[in-house]
Order: sequence, then C-alpha cells, then structure tokens
Amino acid sequence: MEPIIIEGTPKTPTVKFDSTEGVFEIKGRSIPENSVEFYKPLVDWLDNYKESPLTKTVVNIRLEYFNTSSSKCILDVFKKLEAIHKAKNEVEVNWYYEEDDEDMLEAGEDYESIIRVPFKMIEIVE
Amino acid sequence: MSFNIENYFLDQSDGNVILFYKGNVDSDVINHVLDTVEDKMVEGNEQSRLRKKVYNVLVESLQNLYHHVDRVPDDFEDQAAEKYGLLAIKKVDRGYKIITGNFVHAENIEKLEEKIKRINRSSHEEIKELYKFILNHQRISAKGGGGLGLVDIARKTGNKLEYSFKEYNNKYSFFYLNILVNEEI
Repeated sequence: MEPIIIEGTPKTPTVKFDSTEGVFEIKGRSIPENSVEFYKPLVDWLDNYKESPLTKTVVNIRLEYFNTSSSKCILDVFKKLEAIHKAKNEVEVNWYYEEDDEDMLEAGEDYESIIRVPFKMIEIVE
Repeated sequence: MSFNIENYFLDQSDGNVILFYKGNVDSDVINHVLDTVEDKMVEGNEQSRLRKKVYNVLVESLQNLYHHVDRVPDDFEDQAAEKYGLLAIKKVDRGYKIITGNFVHAENIEKLEEKIKRINRSSHEEIKELYKFILNHQRISAKGGGGLGLVDIARKTGNKLEYSFKEYNNKYSFFYLNILVNEEI
C-alpha cells in the first residue's frame, strides 16, 4: 500500500499513514471549509488498510484546532480504526492536548465515549 | 429610516471594534480574518486559553456564514456577494465579542430560532450531550456544514447565544448573532 504523506497547511493537518510502520499521525490544524474533500482519501486508505492491518496500530492525534466539520470526518477515521480493533487487532489512539486546553481534552473524551478503541489522553507540557 | 445593517452595531457602545468586515465571505476572507485576529491577540498578550477559544469560535462563526447564508435580496446594495455576511470583532472587558450578520429567508427564521432557543435553555452538560449526539448521528449536509457550529460555540464559550432578527422586507430578515467569549473568573 502506498503511504499517505501530506504536508500541513494553515488549514489542514500534516498526515502520515504508512502501512509499513505501525504508527499513524494527524497533526496541526484542521479547519478547512470542505473537510470531506480532505478526509475522504484518508478514510478510503484506512478502508484498504483494514483488510490486512499490522498486529498493532498506534494513531497519534495531535491537533491544535479543528472545526466542527472536521470533527465528523475525524469520527469517520476512528470508525475505521474501531473496525480494525473489532477484528482482533491491537489499536491504540493517543490523543494529545496542550496543558491549558480543556476543550481539546473534552473533545478527545467525546470520541473515547463513542468509539470502542483504547484512548490515551496525553497532556503536552511546554 | 431605511434599513441599515450597521445600525445594530452603532446601537452598542461597548468595547473597541478591532475588525469589521461586510461583503462576500469566501475562503480567502476567512483566512485573512483568522490571521489578523490571531496576530492581534498575540500582540495583546492574551492568555492562550482565551486565544484558543476566540479562534475556535471565530472559525465556526465564519464557516457558518460560508455554509449557510441565504442569497441577498434582489434590491440589496451588494449583489456581487454570493455569500454575504457581516462580521465585527470587539475587545471587551476580559474577552471578545464576535458579532456576525446575514440574511435569512423568512421561511428559515423559525427553524433557526428554535435551534438557538433549544441551545440557550440547555445546561452545559446537556449541550455536551447534544454535541455528541449530533456528532454521532447527523451526516454532513449538502451545504457542507455539520450542524454543530452553534452547539460548539455555546459549549466552548459557556455563554448564551444572543441574537436578533431585523426585518428587511416581507421575505427577508437580517440575523445578528452576538457571541461573548470571555475568561472564566
């Protein structure tokens, strides 16, 4: 599988999905007007990956900002991970938030309560 | 007196306007406003917590305009704007006010007002639950909005949504949303 490597922009995050490594990453700002356009290739990629995933997949989400339309797309990403987890593969989400950013922590907890995948909330201390 | 969309602001004397815009709300305008306000908050040494809240609320308010505004009335001065919106950002004591304005078709008023009233009578916990419910059950609309913008704004600010509809003619009203983002004391 070809990896997805996307450089971040002021409105879209840096993405690294590489099926030869077990660590995926979404990082930066996710505030595009059209979030479906940005996320659809990622969701499709995960759909393929879930056919033969690694025994362990770690996903690091390190977002500074995300808008509400991204929030639905991020949920779609997590739903794919949930399916991988359900098929008896190890999946772990690391949700990073800055120490004073309770909103970002709460957003992670929202997903944790919806998606049946182990989440780790990780505070970034500067 | 004829209808003037700026009267609403002129009637309010609180705070200093740090940014005012009226016209087409496209992607470039949104980028420019976000950059400008972010720079001003850094210059003003605002706490990062407040800065983040203002930035988040600003993204949602601008994208609400971008995704949801109705087309301007036929006799309105600015016919070129496909997505006509108005935005004012004010520095107030311990926070910022973000005021947006846009035309709403008479037939869409009730639905919008009902949505705001529902949010305003909900507790913080109920708003959190509502957010999660919509996140998990509602698909992204054809217009590209997630239906979460106002709920998210209320959740992040912890304040009620102040709003007003001013009738433009029998088919259109101008809708103002006045959002206070302040530091918790």
